[in-house]
This record gives sequence, structure tokens and C-alpha cells, in this order.
Amino acid sequence: MRFKLTFWQVLFSVIMGLGAYSAYVRYFHGLGAVSNMSDQFPWGLWIGFDCLCGVMLAAGGFCITGAVYLFNIEHLHSIVRPTILTAFLGYCLFIVGLLFDLGRPWFIWHQLVYMNPHSVMFEVGICVMTYTTVLFFEFLPNVLERYHLRTPLKWVKRFMPVLIVAGILLSTLHQSSLGSLYLIIPSKLHPFWYSPALPFFFFGSAIAVGLAMIIFESTLSAKAFGRNLELPVLATLGSALLVALWVNALLRFQDYFHRGILGLIFKPSYEAYFLWLELTLAFVIPIALLTFKKIRHSPKGLYFAAVSCLLGFVTNRLNVSITGFETWAGHHFVPKWTELMITLSIIALGFFAFSICVKYLPIYGAGLARAQLRQPEVVPSETPELSNVQT
Amino acid sequence: MSKGILYDATLCIGCKMCEKACAVHNGLPYDDNIAAEEKQSEHKFTVVLTENDKFMRRLCMHCEQPACASVCPVGAFHKTAKGPVVYDVWKCIGCRYCMVACAFAQPKYEWGSLNPRVRKCIMCPDLINAGHQTACAEACPTGATKFGERDALVREATERLRQNPSSYVPHIYGLKEVGGTSILLLSSIPFEQFGYPTEQMVGDVALPEYTGQVMSKMPDFIPLWALILGGIYWLANRRDEVTAAEADEKIRGAR
Repeated sequence: MRFKLTFWQVLFSVIMGLGAYSAYVRYFHGLGAVSNMSDQFPWGLWIGFDCLCGVMLAAGGFCITGAVYLFNIEHLHSIVRPTILTAFLGYCLFIVGLLFDLGRPWFIWHQLVYMNPHSVMFEVGICVMTYTTVLFFEFLPNVLERYHLRTPLKWVKRFMPVLIVAGILLSTLHQSSLGSLYLIIPSKLHPFWYSPALPFFFFGSAIAVGLAMIIFESTLSAKAFGRNLELPVLATLGSALLVALWVNALLRFQDYFHRGILGLIFKPSYEAYFLWLELTLAFVIPIALLTFKKIRHSPKGLYFAAVSCLLGFVTNRLNVSITGFETWAGHHFVPKWTELMITLSIIALGFFAFSICVKYLPIYGAGLARAQLRQPEVVPSETPELSNVQT
Repeated sequence: MSKGILYDATLCIGCKMCEKACAVHNGLPYDDNIAAEEKQSEHKFTVVLTENDKFMRRLCMHCEQPACASVCPVGAFHKTAKGPVVYDVWKCIGCRYCMVACAFAQPKYEWGSLNPRVRKCIMCPDLINAGHQTACAEACPTGATKFGERDALVREATERLRQNPSSYVPHIYGLKEVGGTSILLLSSIPFEQFGYPTEQMVGDVALPEYTGQVMSKMPDFIPLWALILGGIYWLANRRDEVTAAEADEKIRGAR
């Protein structure tokens, strides 16, 4: 255990060290020096992964609040807090990523002053800004409880219904709008990934990935923090993931069918190989696994299905943002190592922040406390709040 | 009235005077090395390409409904009444969505700068406002680059095609592409040989329409979806209240 801890600490330090150097290159030598972005590839790994994938991977937040508070799937309650924490950190890191990617990040506030309502990017910007604030308030009870600040806690909880609904509304908007960003380039993006249905694909994949991410994160944190795995909870998520994947797969099939390019998919080409990789990881493997009840009820099976699904949809978003442009641009895009290090540092920072929060805040405690409370026959009335800790 | 430029490649002799005039007017460096660069960049807003003794200019097309202006989150680009699509560097946050969105790949970036700008041809709005023609049209010794009212230029291009059909590809590039552009092109060989996207690729629909279809539904969608979500929340919550009330009854009843 001690060795393992040291290994992760060393890895973390190395990544952060190289990331710091890359950050220096970014801010003292410019975007051209730190990345392989060019006039042909104005958006590289940072938009493709940090932004498009980052927001998708943080989608668990609105999926789980929706499931618990809108659809009343009560037994998922224990994972609300860790999931909201993941989402909150995810969005914060997305903004950190943006500060690297924007050419003039010190003018990011212009977004609030010089508004262009016709711009999809404007809508995404405003939604992300607002939703990060909403997530902050959804996360806040952890801190308030930790320091026994009862009055503000009562206030946050009073507004929780508004926050929950606003969170889901804002997520619907910007998750789908990330896809709408690409609607304006029918001539540049490869037909495998350009579709008028892009906003639906992005929203649909956000839900699937949100669910997969909760399975992934619960499994990892159970291992890391020595907690019991909430298997019934994960099994429910596994079933939901199966449904979400089928819906996504059907949407994709219908789109290819109606645009008449189903035949093109099976013809080997550079783009087709990436598409096959994407479809295999995102749909074929996880659907094949999750179809079996036995696998849906095994921690390992669920974990592999979730990881495959995550990798598949990450591939999808990188295909939309990078692979799909390569034919148009006339050359391949491979990120520079410094570009990659910034991305890895941001991910490492996320893991670090998560473990710190779990250590010092009642992220899992509340869930456990709640499980014990649920034992008696008579169920106390549910108030729309994030935890059941008495205030 | 909206101004435009008609570039007739059959009249072009490839002297690159337009390149030089453009660089001078925009305060950009220009020498033999830069003249030899056969591509546009942040220091070369227009380029004369050569393909088997045939020439073709590339420059910002100044779309009637520019994609760059529609996608910019801070509205750093806008189409002026006189035709030029201009850029306000102060507003720009550097997201580079304009570069992604442009079908003609015109906006270029100062990748080496610590305070980078998007650079492209802005059709000399200062000269146009003062009643002059653009620097490139002024410099052109053969009249290949001609400045004027767009409507008049369209008529002239049509006339040239009618009089000399054998010298031209029967197409005025920019008349309908992406809903029309202020720059109009005539050529004796296909435009795609110089990297111009074909009409089939970019279509006749103004690009902002594609995102506009989605964005225009937002004002209706947002309150509707908020109401639906809020309603579901209320219903879900109500069920809990009823369950709780019933449980209370039960306890009281047992006593």
C-alpha cells in the first residue's frame, strides 16, 4: 500500500512538473510553440479532449440529479454527492483548459459584455458559466456541513429544487450545443461525423457517458478509499446505460440510413477505421457485455463495459473534432507533447482534487449515514435536498 | 450600396502587384521570399496562385452572410453595409471558432504571438469609406481585379461569360456560393484546382442558417423545457409528500 501510494505520488509529480513547463511555454512563447495547432487545425487536443470530452465526462451530474429528483429513483441517492463532486470538478477543469486554449484568455469576460446571441459558442459559454455556478451550489452543502454552518445550509437546501431543475435545463442546452458548434461546417467535416442530428448525438452520448462515468468513478473510489461497492446501485446504472446505448446506436443508424451513407461505413478508409474503433468501443462491446444479467451484476463486468463506453465516446468526440477534419486539412493532426502534458496535468489535477475532497468533506459519509437511516420500516418524508443529514 | 470585387483570372498576368499593395496597405512585410510563399498566412492576406500558366487569387470572400460573424461569441466580426467583413481586435477572445467555421479557410492566426490576433483581408474599409477602391484593385495593371458595385460587377461578369463562353468555366464563383459573396471570380479552369470548395460542397445556403435553425428555437425551447422539468419535479415530490402523509396516518392509526 505504501509503495503504491508513492508510485502515484511520483507519477503525479512528474505529470505536474512537465505540465508546469508546458504552461510556461504556452504563456511565454505562445500557442504555436506549445501545440501543433495551425491555420488548418485551429482546434486541437484541448478543444477536442479537454472541452468536448471534459464536458461529456462531467455529464453524470445532471444524469444523477435527474434520476434521483425527477424520476425518484431513490436508491441511487448514495451516489449523488460523489457524482456532483465529479461534475463540479470537471467543469472547473474545463474552464482551466479554456484558459490555456483561448488566445487571449484575459479577455474571457468579454463573453458577458459583447454578447452575440446568434453564436452557438456564446450559448455554450453562458450555459457553462451558469451551470458551473449551479454545480457550486449543489456541491456547497458538503462544505457547509463540514463546518456546521447551519443557516447557510438551510438556505442552499431551500433553493435546491430550483438548482436541480436549472442544472438539468442548462445541461440539456450546452451538452447538445457542443454538437451544434459543428453544424456550420457541412463542407469541412467528414460525412461520418457531420450530421444535422449532431446536437442529438451530443446530448445522447452525454447521458450514456454520464452513467458510465458514475460506474467508473464509483468502482475506482471504492478501491482507492476502501469503501464497499454499492452493487445494486451500479447494476441499476448498468441497465440504464444499456438502454442509453441502444438509443444512441439507433439514432446513429437512422442518421446514416437517411443520409444514405450506410454502405460507405463498411468500405475501408482512414476515416472508416476510426469509425469502426469508435463504434466497437462505444456500442458493440458495452452492449454485448451489458446484455447479460450476470455481467450487469458483476463489478468487473460493469467496470469493463463502462470503460469501453467511455473510450468509445471519447474516440467519437475526437473523431468529430480532429479525425473528421484531416481529409479537409490535407494532413494528420498529432498533438505536440507539451499539448498532451497540459491535458494530462488537468486530468491529474482532477484526480488530486477529488481525493482531497473525499478526504476532508462528507462526500461518502452522508450516503452511508443515509443507508442506515433507511433501515426502519417507516420512511421519513423526503425533502428535496442533497443529503439527509439533520440540520 | 454594397461594393464588391470581380477577379477575372483570364486577365491576370501573375505580377503579384495586388499582393504587394495589400501588404503595404496593411503594414505587413513584403519581399521576394514572401512573394514566393504560395499560401495565405497571418502576414499574407491575399495570394496569387499559379497552376500551369493559369492564375487565381485567394482572399477573404466577404460573404453576404458571413459564418465568421455569426459564430463569434463576442461579435468581433461584422459585415458592414458597404460590403467588407471587418474585425474588431479588442473584442476578440481568441477562441478561433471563426477559423473553424469559414468554408474558405480565410481567417489566419498569429500562432507565434503572446497576444494573438485573427488576420484576414478586410477589403480596405478605410479606402472604401473614403470613396476609393481597394488597394489590390488600385494596383492591378490589367484590370483583372476590378472594384465596383457588386450588382454592376455581377452584370459585367455575366456579360463576359456570354461574349466569350469558350474562355471561361461557365460559372461566376461567389454569385450563389454560401448565399453569395462580395468577391466574384471568373476562371478558365475549375476553381477547385486552386483550393476553392465546389458549389456542391458549400451549397447555396448561407452557412449561418445551419446553426440559426437551432439557435432560433432556443427562446421557445428554454421556457418549455424548464416548465416540463419543473413539472416533473413537482409531481415526483408530491408523490413523496403523499407517501409521507400516509405513513404518518399509519403510525397514528397503530397507536
